[in-house]
Amino acid sequence: MLKALLARAHQGQRTIAYPAAAPPPLPERFRGAPLLDPSKCADGCRACIDACPTDALSNDGTLTLDLGRCLFCSDCVTACPDGALTYSQDYRLATRTREDLIVRGESLPLARALDEKLLRLFGRSLKLRVVSAGDCNACSAEVNVLGTIGWDLGRFGIQYVASPRHADGLLITGPVTENMRLALQKTYDAVPEPKIVIAVGACAISGGPYIGHDEQHNGAASTVPVDLFIPGCPPHPLTILDGVLRLLGRIENGER
Amino acid sequence: MSHHILRNGSAVPLAIVPSLAPSEFVEWIRRGVSKTHRIASYFGAPTKNAVELYAVLADDDASELKIARTALPDDSFESISEAVPQAQLFEREIAEQFGLRPEGHPWLKPVRFHRSYRGGHDAWNRPADAPILPGVTDFFTIAGDEIHEVAVGPVHAGVIEPGHFRFQCHGEDVLHLEIALGYQHRGVERALIGGPNKRTIHYMETAAGDTTIGHTLAYCHLVEALTGTPVSARAQVIRGIALELERLANHVGDLGALAGDVAYLPTSSFCGRLRGDFLNMTAESCGSRFGRGLVRPGGVGFDVTIGQIDDLRRRLVRAGEEVTEAVELLWDTPTVVERFENTGRVTREEADAIGLVGPAARACGILRDVRHDFPLGIYRFVHVPAATAHHGDVNSRAFVRWLEVQQSVQFILEQLDAVPAGEIHNDVGAMAASSIAVSLIEGWRGEICHVAITDEEGTLARYKITDPSFHNWFGLALALRGEQISDFPLCNKSFNLSYCGHDL
Repeated sequence: MLKALLARAHQGQRTIAYPAAAPPPLPERFRGAPLLDPSKCADGCRACIDACPTDALSNDGTLTLDLGRCLFCSDCVTACPDGALTYSQDYRLATRTREDLIVRGESLPLARALDEKLLRLFGRSLKLRVVSAGDCNACSAEVNVLGTIGWDLGRFGIQYVASPRHADGLLITGPVTENMRLALQKTYDAVPEPKIVIAVGACAISGGPYIGHDEQHNGAASTVPVDLFIPGCPPHPLTILDGVLRLLGRIENGER
Repeated sequence: MSHHILRNGSAVPLAIVPSLAPSEFVEWIRRGVSKTHRIASYFGAPTKNAVELYAVLADDDASELKIARTALPDDSFESISEAVPQAQLFEREIAEQFGLRPEGHPWLKPVRFHRSYRGGHDAWNRPADAPILPGVTDFFTIAGDEIHEVAVGPVHAGVIEPGHFRFQCHGEDVLHLEIALGYQHRGVERALIGGPNKRTIHYMETAAGDTTIGHTLAYCHLVEALTGTPVSARAQVIRGIALELERLANHVGDLGALAGDVAYLPTSSFCGRLRGDFLNMTAESCGSRFGRGLVRPGGVGFDVTIGQIDDLRRRLVRAGEEVTEAVELLWDTPTVVERFENTGRVTREEADAIGLVGPAARACGILRDVRHDFPLGIYRFVHVPAATAHHGDVNSRAFVRWLEVQQSVQFILEQLDAVPAGEIHNDVGAMAASSIAVSLIEGWRGEICHVAITDEEGTLARYKITDPSFHNWFGLALALRGEQISDFPLCNKSFNLSYCGHDL
């Protein structure tokens, strides 16, 4: 008992101060929001488009990146001969619509808060049922991390619950495998109205590395309506927390 | 010669692999396993007009991998699962993937609930237009007025991947547990055929996302073997550090979760946070907490700077001290030890029979660690002793993790003091045509086995991934026999197996 108390004193209070204070420092090599500079693109160059494993990049006159498909790998950056693509340290990535994830070089709206009625219901108490539907356990792990003392989701009134009947919404990871589709649908149906859905990670938004496979459905929106999209492979816990807090109006809206 | 002997991480022309008659082939496996070999991998590979079966047997004591194959004349082969229980899941997988029937299999059920890779060949003669529903299959049942059945999943409490667990209970006592998986099946092996292409490395990094380094390393060793690409000493050291950081993050997380499952909150809280410290160390090296982008064929994608080495050493020493303090509380707390000891026991005999790997095997007193038995990369130069315990219970599985945490910290600190100079990456050429390569990696869950077979053009004709979980899920089922059903979460966490790595 004495040892446990000593350990407690020694390990200290370790919950991050964010969002009241600055977020914890991210590693120097962290790959946050990608920056596109189409003015650097040589005419007809397709090096990044051909290198992208998930066809997140395209060029219909201007270089376009679908953040919902992006694995935040370095394949495009390495392939580009002109330095037109770089990663910033900006961890803020979540949006309310799928279209908002399409980046063309200009800044884009970040997730705005729920409407007033839902904010009144969920703003200070949000219970989420997490459903892994084919995720590789990386997104699951980063979602789980938010429950540890370092992040302490509970201080925002957010909690993961065991039953969909106790939940206000679903947090979905994975591309929605064919073998999980029915279970996901049933879980969604079991959540009482009104309810929200949060899709976490490239798989849950677009299928990620599994886009186009017959064994899956290219993301959560194939099966249920999605209210918040949080890109990444997997997203950093800070990216997930930022997105959820924006949805709840706990962080002011901004632009990326 | 009944088989060819391969070195871990090497490639040979397919023609060298002896092709045995089907009856000789299964007899070779049966005999091998009876002589302390075990099945590292056993799978089908399609040829132009039929399917061949390949088996890789591991002889841990002699550090030998033995490989042989057989061509099947029709859609059936002889099951050896009655005599060799560790073959049962492999045979079911062959049946499901290629529509080949293992005759005499005691419990022939689908593994992942998908259609056969060969249209018109189905081991269960299911009609092509009928849906295949996951988990809809026979389950072993026990009859009796006082027997009841508990079904859990695929969506179950907690933030966890989906699986279905069926318990046969008498009161609180579990007589039998049967586990049905496949919910995470996303078609990884099917998609790898015809590669490598720009997605291949990303399939490896997400085969089991918590084992990104382990699986990607197994793949890179195969590509390097098939292309004859050397890897610099510097890159090998960076890879070794990454693999041990992955082990540290997961073992520390597991020790915390085990504490949580017996309601001992101090260790649970401390380790939950400390796991993140190790993930952040990996992120310093490559920007990703799971090591995405770090391991690449020919070497590594990111170099380390002197500043990073000093920073990592400082962080590792501190985290090591904090983990020591957090974990030693477990062994000092009688209520924890009382809950860990004699819970979820797997005997040494059972572990040998079902071919357990990783910490679960070592917790039964089995000296089995790829780093020790089949060293590859940096482990050829740095000896890592296998950590064992002897009771096969939750306590032993926790204690093996603790021993390994200490070893991994020590290993990384030693490497940081002597990072060799040199390049971090060599260019990779074309893969050898009509060849086969095998690589084993000791991931944090245990032995990861990858096998690649190339066609005449040097592209992948077959790629077999065997996650340690594929061997070990049966161990969890056995551990539950005779336990209280309320101990399932504790037993489950003490194995902490991968659903996606099994389902692929």
